[in-house]
Amino acid sequence: MATISLKSVRKSFARTEVIHGVDIDIEDREFIVIVGPSGCGKSTLLRMVAGLETVTSGDVHIDGKRVNDMEPMDRNIAMVFQNYALYPHMSVFDNMAYGLKIARTPKPEIEERVRATAKLLELEPFLARKPRQLSGGQRQRVAMGRAIVRRPAVFLFDEPLSNLDAKLRVQMRLEIKALQRQLGVTSLYVTHDQVEAMTLADRMIVMNAGEADQVGTPMEVYKDPRTAFVAGFIGSPPMNFLPATTFAPGGGNDGLLKGLTANPAAAGNNRPTIGIRPEHLRLCDGADGRLSGTLQYSEILGAESLIHLVLGDGVMLTVRQSGNAAVPEVGEKCHVTFDDADVCFFDSDGKRIAG
Amino acid sequence: MDKRVTFGGWTLPYLLLLPQVAVTAVFFFWPAAQAIYQSAFIPDPFGLKALFVGFGNFSFLLTDPFYLASFKTTAVFSGLVTIVSMALALWLAIMADRIIKGSGAYRTLLIWPYAVAPAVAGVLWLFMFSPNVGLVSWYLGVLGYDWNHVLNPNEAMGLVVVASSWSRISYNFLFFLAGLQAIPKSVIEAAAIDGAHFWRRFWTIVFPLLSPVTFFLLVVNVVYAFFETFGVIHTITSGGPQQATTILVYKVYSDGFVGQDLGSSAAQSVILLLVVGALTVIQFRYIERRVHY
Repeated sequence: MATISLKSVRKSFARTEVIHGVDIDIEDREFIVIVGPSGCGKSTLLRMVAGLETVTSGDVHIDGKRVNDMEPMDRNIAMVFQNYALYPHMSVFDNMAYGLKIARTPKPEIEERVRATAKLLELEPFLARKPRQLSGGQRQRVAMGRAIVRRPAVFLFDEPLSNLDAKLRVQMRLEIKALQRQLGVTSLYVTHDQVEAMTLADRMIVMNAGEADQVGTPMEVYKDPRTAFVAGFIGSPPMNFLPATTFAPGGGNDGLLKGLTANPAAAGNNRPTIGIRPEHLRLCDGADGRLSGTLQYSEILGAESLIHLVLGDGVMLTVRQSGNAAVPEVGEKCHVTFDDADVCFFDSDGKRIAG
Repeated sequence: MDKRVTFGGWTLPYLLLLPQVAVTAVFFFWPAAQAIYQSAFIPDPFGLKALFVGFGNFSFLLTDPFYLASFKTTAVFSGLVTIVSMALALWLAIMADRIIKGSGAYRTLLIWPYAVAPAVAGVLWLFMFSPNVGLVSWYLGVLGYDWNHVLNPNEAMGLVVVASSWSRISYNFLFFLAGLQAIPKSVIEAAAIDGAHFWRRFWTIVFPLLSPVTFFLLVVNVVYAFFETFGVIHTITSGGPQQATTILVYKVYSDGFVGQDLGSSAAQSVILLLVVGALTVIQFRYIERRVHY
């Protein structure tokens, strides 16, 4: 129904620039998730697309039209807010019908569309109720319904699931995904939760301090992170980072890395960092170990176990293994190995470099 | 759960209550009892003897055309004061809420008139509109309008309404502004995305959500117009011309202290007491039951 494109979009509040030029082309029907820690500018970016914040420089296009100077109501979008922002004095029906009434939709059509949307979201028994008489999950659905009923070209979601409990969040996540597929509406979804981002996104934008560090499918971002920030933010538990001092080619002392073929330090990068994901590390016998450390504590989660080691130079290392594998005792000396192909190198600015 | 403070003995709690009880007893219960007692008598002007008349003062008042006219005057006056002061305050609050630059200065300026005593406010407006020396009335004269609130009852009413409303706008403004700022911003934004422009949003979202504040102010302003505008009326019109601005409270004063009809004045006080009582009951009922969303 609509494409969205952002061209070097920047935003400043007074003299502080909070978004330093973001570019992305979003295709029709695509589900894009903007993910990042608090304060990275992800909500501000969404609000600029919505028209709730002005664009300091750059262009926002919706469906090929430049919308920088358009009011929110003229952009053909719908938004779901974190606190739902339902109209507290109106019934569920009126909440959903509000936008249609303003658009002067004929009464029978309003009735029909609201009923159809309520049916889709299983809200029919609650149409006469006020928002305060609903549970958190039901309010969330009403907020969704208010967006859907208007049949907008774009859905904007601003952390819509953060106020729900963990179980409901998982359920609503699946429902949102299914609804978006069914309705085929281009969606932009903001979250700080990387699991939500991974499960919902066709493509995701990882934001870091006002910059889009990486844009790509969840698997691309996970497997091939462009920066140390992305590598550390996506994936739980996060990627292990070993500072340059930890490895010396050919070294074999306690806490030092053995037998790494590539050596970015030799290629002129001073102080590079090695990144490796917990699931790519394996406990092994002393003879095969490329890293060794003392087990500080372990988390047994059932399906998997997380083993936290402290290396000789004080660096923490997390190993993730299957729940069936044996877990050593606290204080035991452990040896770890991995494949060179699973290692990422980052320069001192956190940028990925070839290894 | 409420946190409750428990006292060891009973002396301290009663001692702590005493100042409030004493003030209420001396300044409310005693004079109120006196008024009820005196309303049953007609004393002679020198206070030497008093004739018991039972409800005579009341039955006279309720058939007295001047007293009934004063009721009507009070209704018109308090209705106008309430509407004018609330409407202007709401408008100013909406504007002050939208301002981004220098909002602190605007707010301070808008709150200032509240610090001016009613009698002073009355004199202020009297000087501007005085038919002899008033600046505004002189300019009105230049424009061909002969302003004279000393002779014209409607002009007199207009002037006391304006003066009373002016000193009340600040108070209402404060409450409206606080009410506006308590409305979640995201609700307004949701309405904007739903397609509602500013005034549509105001009438369909903001105004309904403001209704508890509006209702509270409505009651408080009516009570204000009934009782606290004495100073304004006394300084500007003294109830004239021809009792056109004699509201009930002013009539209590002029009949009692000017006309020396203390029995009737006391009876009027009792009637006013009932009116205040009724208003207070309404006020508390609705404040207790403030709408929670």
